[in-house]
Amino acid sequence: MRSSEELFFLSFSARPTRLKLLRCVLRDAADMAGLDSDTADAVVLAANEACMNIMQHGYAMDPDGRIELRVTREPGALVLQLRDYARSVDAGKVRSRDLDDIRPGGLGVYFIDSLMDECGFLAPPAGGGNLFQMKKFIAG
Amino acid sequence: MAFAVEEKQGLQVILLDGEVDLSRSPDARKVILKCLKKKYNVLVDLSAVDYIDSSGVASLVEGFQYARANNLDFGLVGVSDAAMSVLRLARLDQVFPVYASLEERLAEDA
Repeated sequence: MRSSEELFFLSFSARPTRLKLLRCVLRDAADMAGLDSDTADAVVLAANEACMNIMQHGYAMDPDGRIELRVTREPGALVLQLRDYARSVDAGKVRSRDLDDIRPGGLGVYFIDSLMDECGFLAPPAGGGNLFQMKKFIAG
Repeated sequence: MAFAVEEKQGLQVILLDGEVDLSRSPDARKVILKCLKKKYNVLVDLSAVDYIDSSGVASLVEGFQYARANNLDFGLVGVSDAAMSVLRLARLDQVFPVYASLEERLAEDA
């Protein structure tokens, strides 16, 4: 039995209108992985937020930026890896905000932390940019 | 696609619909602030929202804060399950005034 199975790989431009495509494809992958509806919603929202962060902060809304998403099913987890080619992120500065501080913005990292079981930046890939990984634990 | 606005008894009701994500939240923010800057009390109808992300939520928070700073009313009505689950995640369901129906909101002024 293979230890992991790649469900899909998607490369797309950093245009906000591409988020709809991302969510649609990811929902299919969640179905393939046998996720229930609530868990699928959580994974879709977390991935949407992570891509938004890349668009807004990594590429400063430059639509020519490129984002790559690889979704893999491992024993016990659905694994999402997001690769970008923006300047390197200082992971220490990426923090979830205090929800009592009610203000527009800053919720994305909180959503990702809350919805996923593990997340964090992996070693910077060759060629620059960032590689962010999120895991959702699943039964089976 | 722009969002519709209806006037109901002196209240501006903004109808957000479909997927309110980063591609549409700037339009949501614009219409909400435009109504508030004209000194209208605002009610945002979320009954037809299938999906909302943190950028859409941010446009609601900005409207709420602008209204509070300018002594205007800002509330949400008919919040769909999809939108409510995200508001709950952000713990904002207890922050925004939320109404089940327009009638419930209008009754406040009666």
